[in-house]
Amino acid sequence: MTTTTVDPLAGTQTSARRRLPTWSPWAFAAGALVLAFLLMLVLGSPTVATVVATAIVLYAVGLTVTSRVVEGERRATDRLATTLVTLAFGVALIPLISLLWTVVKEGSKQFSVTFLNTNMVGVYGQMTEGGVYHAIMGTLLITLAAAVISVPIGLLTAIYLVEYGQGHLARSITFLVDVMTGIPSIVAGLFAFTLFTMVFGPAYRSGLMGAAALSVLMIPVVIRSVEEMLRLVPNELREAAYALGVPKYLTIIKVVLRTAVAGIVTGVMLAVARVIGETAPLLLTVGIIADVNWDLFDGRMATLPVYAYRQYSQGGIGVDRAWAAALTLIAIVMILNVVARLVSRYFSPKATR
Amino acid sequence: MSKRIDVSDLNVYYSDFLAVADVSMAIEERSVTALIGPSGCGKSTFLRTLNRMHEVIPGARVEGKAVMDGRDLYAPEVDPVEVRRQVGMVFQRPNPFPTMSIEENVLAGVRLNNRRISKSDASDLVESSLQGANLWNEVKDRLGRPGSSLSGGQQQRLCIARAIAVKPDILLMDEPCSALDPISTLAIEDLMAELKDEYTIVIVTHNMQQAARVSDRTAFFNIAGTGKPGRLIEMDETSTMFSSPTQKATEDYISGRFG
Amino acid sequence: MAVLSPTRAEKQHDEREPDVKRNQGGIAGRVFQYLSVAAGLTILLTLAAVAGFLVLRAWPALTASPEELQEISWFQGDSLLAYVGPLIFGTLLASLLALLIAVPLSVGIALFISHYAPRALAQALGYVIDLLAAIPSVVYGLWGALWLAPTLDPIFRWMTDFLGFIPLFEGYQPPAKNILTASVVLAVMILPIITAVTREVFLQTPVLHEEAALALGATRWEMVRMAVIPFGRSGVISASMLGLGRALGETMAVLMILSPGFLYSFFLLKPGQHQSIAANIASKFPEASGLSVSALIATGLALFVITLAVNMFARWIISRRSEFSGAN
Repeated sequence: MTTTTVDPLAGTQTSARRRLPTWSPWAFAAGALVLAFLLMLVLGSPTVATVVATAIVLYAVGLTVTSRVVEGERRATDRLATTLVTLAFGVALIPLISLLWTVVKEGSKQFSVTFLNTNMVGVYGQMTEGGVYHAIMGTLLITLAAAVISVPIGLLTAIYLVEYGQGHLARSITFLVDVMTGIPSIVAGLFAFTLFTMVFGPAYRSGLMGAAALSVLMIPVVIRSVEEMLRLVPNELREAAYALGVPKYLTIIKVVLRTAVAGIVTGVMLAVARVIGETAPLLLTVGIIADVNWDLFDGRMATLPVYAYRQYSQGGIGVDRAWAAALTLIAIVMILNVVARLVSRYFSPKATR
Repeated sequence: MSKRIDVSDLNVYYSDFLAVADVSMAIEERSVTALIGPSGCGKSTFLRTLNRMHEVIPGARVEGKAVMDGRDLYAPEVDPVEVRRQVGMVFQRPNPFPTMSIEENVLAGVRLNNRRISKSDASDLVESSLQGANLWNEVKDRLGRPGSSLSGGQQQRLCIARAIAVKPDILLMDEPCSALDPISTLAIEDLMAELKDEYTIVIVTHNMQQAARVSDRTAFFNIAGTGKPGRLIEMDETSTMFSSPTQKATEDYISGRFG
Repeated sequence: MAVLSPTRAEKQHDEREPDVKRNQGGIAGRVFQYLSVAAGLTILLTLAAVAGFLVLRAWPALTASPEELQEISWFQGDSLLAYVGPLIFGTLLASLLALLIAVPLSVGIALFISHYAPRALAQALGYVIDLLAAIPSVVYGLWGALWLAPTLDPIFRWMTDFLGFIPLFEGYQPPAKNILTASVVLAVMILPIITAVTREVFLQTPVLHEEAALALGATRWEMVRMAVIPFGRSGVISASMLGLGRALGETMAVLMILSPGFLYSFFLLKPGQHQSIAANIASKFPEASGLSVSALIATGLALFVITLAVNMFARWIISRRSEFSGAN
């Protein structure tokens, strides 16, 4: 065994480095805030934003430099990394909080029970009346129609891919589902527009067109999440059923689906929450009107996202209505999300949670 | 370069659960010390306290002392990162970094401490470490291949090379051969006999025959029942432990009456 | 009474011809199976239909002469390609800027959630970031135009005053309806998906490799650098491609924030420079008819092709890196 003359520790910091006390990050944070506040006071712009931003810079620089001197380069880099990573998370919270805060603040100007119960018939100019009743109904109808189209197709395709499919067909379908996930929403809208206007004439508009566009967007999401749920069902369950002589299709329905049902419901609800806010395809296909239209097959309908956009474009009081519509939309999406997760939490069999 | 560790009254806790109680032992330098005992008796837990790896699990803590070269590893001002540089570890399953080549794997620990190592020094170190792990001849022509392209036994020897490249004072081995075939196991046992000239080795093993083959001193751990802490029952020269142990539990374990 | 478990030979036979051995359940079983196949075929059909119908409807524009095209009131340039060029440029510019902002942030957030924050909080923190994904794009448009633009105004002023010698930052004029604002909003919109995928990948780093790094005496950051990031590299790339795909197709945020122009311009702060394909379609479509519809759909096809290419590229990257990915 050759002895080496290389000392792997050459050029290192010695091991007798001191360490900063564990409360130092908090001390530095407090100190940085105070210093930043004083600095901004002197410079004449002591707003929350400038003070916090300056404090963050002071903290990062101060802690890292002090650590480098006291603890050595490696520890300092480690502390800097921790600071940056925490900062990244903090930065992500800014738009979230600001967005939700702004929607609630601006939306509450027009938001009320009346707002939810009125449509826009007879409202013009800068009149302050008007509401989103027609838009809510339109959104619910169209999304429901999209779900009616997407869920059976998505469910059955997922069943095919997991339970029956092997070979070329299954591989092509999986590949195409991936392709479908990447279709931009506006392209889905263009497709629905083209399909229906070619069949029904260039002036045709209907809620069904919108639902078709949303289905194109919703189906791949449903397929992927149902697939995942089905794959989570352990094979032993299927084999137990087969061993009892249960035919395949009944096994799928009564064993696999029943086990996965909570996850499937969650997945479908989340898919609905995803498409309910899509604006672009509806802008192209469904347009907007002032009144409720209960007929999915004939004529334009109002939907919340398009309503919000159109009101925003009009300006003035429309902007307030747009925010209120946004608030309504977000509330619906959040409710869907929460209910979906609750379903998943309380109804899924314990092993698959 | 190799040092001794004196452990006194070491207790290992996971949050409030006492996993290993009251261990006191002396680990001699330039020797192989084997830790044996039935599953769950705390020998791996104890091993991990010697390089403070148990702290990776949240809530794990230690009471007591482990003194190496006059310094208590658990003194408040001691940096666990520094301890781990001085006390190396080889794991049960070989874990070379898959995205690094063989050469980069060997140098992985070295580069942490010394980024300015020259190319020639680096390749000398790679050669000497791989020689020390008895792997040089098998891989000298393919140092650029990924670390995961080797067989299980070779990967484990690569991990040993990586561990000794930083010239640790003590080398811990947590059941290093349990995932390997008998031929690779033999290769590693031969390696241990060579390594102990330069390093202090502590090995945890399930295999009593292995302990008898490779170690100079053996420590037997046992556990009274589930939920109870593991304890050091007896520690002595290996030959004594296996021929005339003083504790009945030791004798029962060694003769296979339980375990 | 129960059927004995199949022998090895029988099992292999089963795997090759599952329908022969398994009880078909008669007609109902067959119907169910064919229904599921039919559903799968619907996917094929739909995609073929999407491509087919769009090409069909765009055909008049694809084959029109420059004179015919120029009769469209808003048409610019002397060919469809010349028209869609600046749009492609704008789309790519906005999306790539968004990616530039979002990816480093996402990697940091994913690391924070997977390796720095207390494990008990990890799921909750993940939900918080996922909330960003639940917000509809029209709401992002409102927020971008009405809150972000005024907020960024002083920063842009500063940038143009002090960094204006760099052409990128030259010439800011309020309101901040420029491509940089739009890119920031796009970045926020794609942040959750990149973070979610990256977070999953980082969480899957084998503990064995993390411990190997720690046992060598690595600090937490060094361990992340040695074990987590190399393991997750291809995951980060595919996550970024997914984010890019979303950004390319985003309509409303760009529509509501950007004041459009049709230039190949690198002035990030000036309004009236850029437009994206999707926003362009959304703004012109309601009033369009005949040939103009075809032209717009042709631009939509271009967008579709680009998005497809990005997604395929993402998959190719994953398959290429599987040797060194350590995912075994």
